[in-house]
Amino acid sequence: MVAINKFIKNFGVARIIIGFFLLALFIAAPFFGVRVDTSLNDVIVRFGMSGIMVLSMVPMIQSGCGLNFGVPVGLISGMMGAVVSLEYNLTGMAGIGVAFLVGLVMAAVLGFLYGLLLNRVKGDEMIIATYVGFSFVFLMNIMWLILPFKNPASVQGFKGEGLRVTISIEEYWIHTLSDILKIDVSKYLIIPTGMLLFFILMCLIVWGFFKTKLGTAITAVGSNPDYARASGININKMRVVSVMLSTMLAAVGMIVFQQSFGFVQMFNSPLAFVFPSVAAVLLGGASVNKATITNVVIGTFLFQGILTMTPSVINSAINIDVSEIIRIIVSNGLIVYALTRKGR
Amino acid sequence: MNLLSTDNVLLKVEGVGKEYDGNRVLKDISFTLEKGKILGLVGENGAGKSTLMNILFGMKVIAETGGYEGAVYLNGEKIKFKSPVDALKAGIGMVHQEFSLIPGFTVGENVLLNMEKTKKSLISKVLGKRVETIDLPEIRKSAKKAIDTLGVQLDTDTLVSEMPVGHKQFIEIAREIDRSQVKLIVLDEPTAVLTESEAEILLKSMRLLADIGISIVFISHRLHEITAICDTIVVLRDGLVVKETPSEGVDVRQIAEWMVGRDVDAEAKHIRPLVKIDEKDIIFETRNLWVDMPGETIKNVSLKVRRGEILGIGGLAGQGKLGVPNGIMGLFVSGGEIFFEGKPLQLNNTLNALQSGIAFVSEDRRGVGLLLDEPIDWNIAFNAMQVQNKFLKSYLGGAIKWRDEKAMKACALEYIKSLEIRCTSERQLARNLSGGNQQKVCLAKAFAMNPKLLFVSEPTRGIDVGAKKLVLDSLRKYNEENNTTIVIISSELEELRSISDRIAIVCEGKIFGILPPNSPVVDFGLLMAGEFKINEEGEKTWLR
Amino acid sequence: MKFDKKKIGPLLTGSVVPLMFLIISIIAIPLSRYSGSYLVDQIITRLARNSFLVLSLLLPIMAGMGINFGMILGAMAGQIGLIFITDWGITGAPGLLLAALVAAPIAIGLGYFCGVVLNRAKGREMITSMILGLFIAGIYQFFLLYLCGSIIPFKTSTMLLSKGYGVRNALNLNVAKGFDNLILIKLGDISIPVGTFLIIGLICVFTVWFRKTKLGQDMRAVGLDMNVSDTAGIAVDKTRIQSVIISTVLACFGQIIYLQNIGTMNTYNGADQAALFAAASLLVGGATVTKASIPNAIVGTALFHLMFIVMPMAGKYITGSAMIGEYFRMFISYGVVTIALVLHAWKRQKDKDMERHSFQLDMEKESAK
Repeated sequence: MVAINKFIKNFGVARIIIGFFLLALFIAAPFFGVRVDTSLNDVIVRFGMSGIMVLSMVPMIQSGCGLNFGVPVGLISGMMGAVVSLEYNLTGMAGIGVAFLVGLVMAAVLGFLYGLLLNRVKGDEMIIATYVGFSFVFLMNIMWLILPFKNPASVQGFKGEGLRVTISIEEYWIHTLSDILKIDVSKYLIIPTGMLLFFILMCLIVWGFFKTKLGTAITAVGSNPDYARASGININKMRVVSVMLSTMLAAVGMIVFQQSFGFVQMFNSPLAFVFPSVAAVLLGGASVNKATITNVVIGTFLFQGILTMTPSVINSAINIDVSEIIRIIVSNGLIVYALTRKGR
Repeated sequence: MNLLSTDNVLLKVEGVGKEYDGNRVLKDISFTLEKGKILGLVGENGAGKSTLMNILFGMKVIAETGGYEGAVYLNGEKIKFKSPVDALKAGIGMVHQEFSLIPGFTVGENVLLNMEKTKKSLISKVLGKRVETIDLPEIRKSAKKAIDTLGVQLDTDTLVSEMPVGHKQFIEIAREIDRSQVKLIVLDEPTAVLTESEAEILLKSMRLLADIGISIVFISHRLHEITAICDTIVVLRDGLVVKETPSEGVDVRQIAEWMVGRDVDAEAKHIRPLVKIDEKDIIFETRNLWVDMPGETIKNVSLKVRRGEILGIGGLAGQGKLGVPNGIMGLFVSGGEIFFEGKPLQLNNTLNALQSGIAFVSEDRRGVGLLLDEPIDWNIAFNAMQVQNKFLKSYLGGAIKWRDEKAMKACALEYIKSLEIRCTSERQLARNLSGGNQQKVCLAKAFAMNPKLLFVSEPTRGIDVGAKKLVLDSLRKYNEENNTTIVIISSELEELRSISDRIAIVCEGKIFGILPPNSPVVDFGLLMAGEFKINEEGEKTWLR
Repeated sequence: MKFDKKKIGPLLTGSVVPLMFLIISIIAIPLSRYSGSYLVDQIITRLARNSFLVLSLLLPIMAGMGINFGMILGAMAGQIGLIFITDWGITGAPGLLLAALVAAPIAIGLGYFCGVVLNRAKGREMITSMILGLFIAGIYQFFLLYLCGSIIPFKTSTMLLSKGYGVRNALNLNVAKGFDNLILIKLGDISIPVGTFLIIGLICVFTVWFRKTKLGQDMRAVGLDMNVSDTAGIAVDKTRIQSVIISTVLACFGQIIYLQNIGTMNTYNGADQAALFAAASLLVGGATVTKASIPNAIVGTALFHLMFIVMPMAGKYITGSAMIGEYFRMFISYGVVTIALVLHAWKRQKDKDMERHSFQLDMEKESAK
């Protein structure tokens, strides 16, 4: 009994309730005409699609920069990588490889600048991150219209007046990662092994990073900045490194999402990923200054599970579309809860 | 019911005692204070002054930790304060050492903070008292009156942020006396931040207040101020009243003696046996060091530390002794010069100091010394890992430095054994250890770096007797076995005398003297009170 | 004139944003090719429409809670009030007053909740109020989409979606121009809704009066230093909650005024940008995250909306695309708030450093001797 209590306390009551809820939805699904294998497929695919974006939250949380509401900076770097790769008409692994490369470079540069900014505003990182993210989205909206892209698949209109809102990558690198070693379980359930393996690879890289001397120092900075200073650590430098890492991961995550989705969404699309990513890592048990890979995996799975299953089951059950609203209420509710917990 | 012999007595403290978790802090405290008189309260750190004031002022922490024994009578009535608000209502005001002022408000607004004079309006009759209009002219008048009573000139419309520090004290006192029923004011080290001339003005104001019937409890370490202005003197030591006397004929030396004096027997046991130290072998030196550590500023310290010695640094709280190690280690802005092993060392550079072979155990265990949410082995190994690249496995020619958790575990187990750290395992979170064991972890962290010079700040503060002994013994042992030079900073004079080869006393940001531990205790007291300075040749210069 | 170095600093940082804005607007106005009288008319309309909302942000700033991004809670309460009175078919100014009456208790309740939450997130009020706003918006949408028309009966079925319950996305308000038309003065092409301006005048008088009350004084104290206020016996938590409640109720009324001018309501997403635009307006007028006054609000609203109107057309004539102009004005709106937030955080750091600076200077002088 004591062991069960301890497990509950460690795992968190909220998470257990949501876990059971998810299980209940899966069990109830067939009764409402929702196929279990389709549901599984959706949940697994969406898990793989958004996992890396949630993972990108970890470095900045660990270094004490708070929840990365400014993740659009990284996501847009990924978008830039994608459209540049399209511009050179590259397909398959080359296509996605160039997208990664360009995205990473841009993310590194922007992450560096973003990190410098956050160092000047210690204590107010989160609200400023939010507004930096928003501002950057609209700045880039202007860029998407005036930068000289030529590929007819990407641009709109005959004269090429700026990029389209949604660009199809069906001819280029759709499912390039997902299809690696994919497992066809049934007509409705295809496991995108490649994408999942790539996610695991990213998790391993982050896990490994935090086992190095540098990663250890960053963890200390987030855990107790005074302690870190007394150990001779350059706090500002550690924070910039963590911001760069988060931004680069977000860029990679965006491209992985795009290859699975089949489309590159431009303009305001990054805004839709901000709160869900933050909420997912919080749901997994992270706090404002401490996050682990386990938090990412559990949180993404539960979050995407709820987001997928609740609409499909409940919609079928009571014939009403509640998906969007559930998403809003759950994501934001989780974040408010985390913000009101006593910190360190 | 006691019938008091005279009804001139305002405050009567009878048999007051207080215990915190088995730790007795006050025992059988009794004294009286008459109306319109000034009582000087003197004592070292830890003597019990703050606890006594907390009881007097009804601070919640007293009730939360089991209340107090004995009784306090105000005007013959026993007090039952449940919070500071009750104390205020009864007419007791307290001016703390840290300023309780709002810099963005004017002098007038601060004096009447939350006691503003208001005018009723139509709306307030409906919506209640809180929307009455603030009556600025009345506030100005009331504030001016209070300030005039103190005999100083302050413009009530100036913003506090633009006032010099010396004036701020008066604003705080004005706030207390503005209350119509004020009978007693407690002043806690009010002259600590004042210059000599400003302090004189303050003392004059105190006399003015006493003359109109307000009693004052004056806490100060500046003993000559106590003899100058107080009518009665009460000296606390180790939680007991060692002396209650009218100030007539009492001189500074006597007070110092009462303040730090100990039983002769106890004296003999506690002195460190003399060790041979080479006076000329200087491992560390500071010249004109200044440190900006808020609350513990250092103005000018020139000190030579001999290799292999244990140097103690003592002094009263707030006088600057904690600023010495914190400044040297670069945790607070400092200036001047420091030298390590004959070579100049850069100030304001923590990493450099650590890499040179100097380690520091901070007085702020939980805030600076530990990562509370990480396990013991992390805490012990961290500095050594970051500064000296220990506990790391190198790959790819040094490009990747991987945490060697096996080595960390081994190291932690070693220290757990040698320092007797009581824990469930080396993976237990630091947060869950007792104070004494947390301190041992902090020590282990420093030892793990094999430093040549170790600064330890308040090593036994707030830990139990058993752990205290172990901490001091391990420091002694480390010094003997490795010839590590140790500088130990402590508020407890006894502790310093039992472990140090020499003891320096810091007062008002400077070193007032360095004495061997077996010097007469009263000399330490006088140094702490800043009454005289002792130079390198042992000559005394009386300052006041 | 004494050039006090300490005063110049804040003066400069306070003026940077409005100045930048003025420059951008001055460049864009001629480029947009709008006529002067058109612009004046538009500005007057926008002032009437938006000033109240901007003014609702003043009190939380005074109480030290920064920009109350949770004002959306009040706006949503106002919208609920309007939805109900539209359902009951009441028109004109009385309809608006009734809406305010219905909405006020909802606003008070939401404001109280918001205040309690913000007290548990001291130091992170702005981000918390923002996310809380989004959270409550979800619940608001749920309420309107599923409970209205089903569990809560509606008289006017034209307001509901075809499936029989759930409010329509866009509603025509039959109380449109209720306050505007109370006293309307026309000067050629320019119409001045004096009635609305009188109401705005009332709230200004209220704000000025409030600052001089004991509660206002307490809020200022709490905003400047929570610890000292607490030691002095001021009920810090309660005072903070009260400032949020008042702000929420004002936002509620402000949204009603805004909507009566526009005449139609975007039911689900109409209030989404309310906080952003109000905050941007206030900051453009020279306010900071810790200090805001009525002139900041009025001047800022005029300047901000001037830029807002002018930008799309200016964009079209410069670059050939009105979209660029629209994106640019959104970028500026967000950018203004970003800059103000950064300046505030940066200044806080500098102030802390300045406090110790004089001591350190003295010490350096001493050791140089």
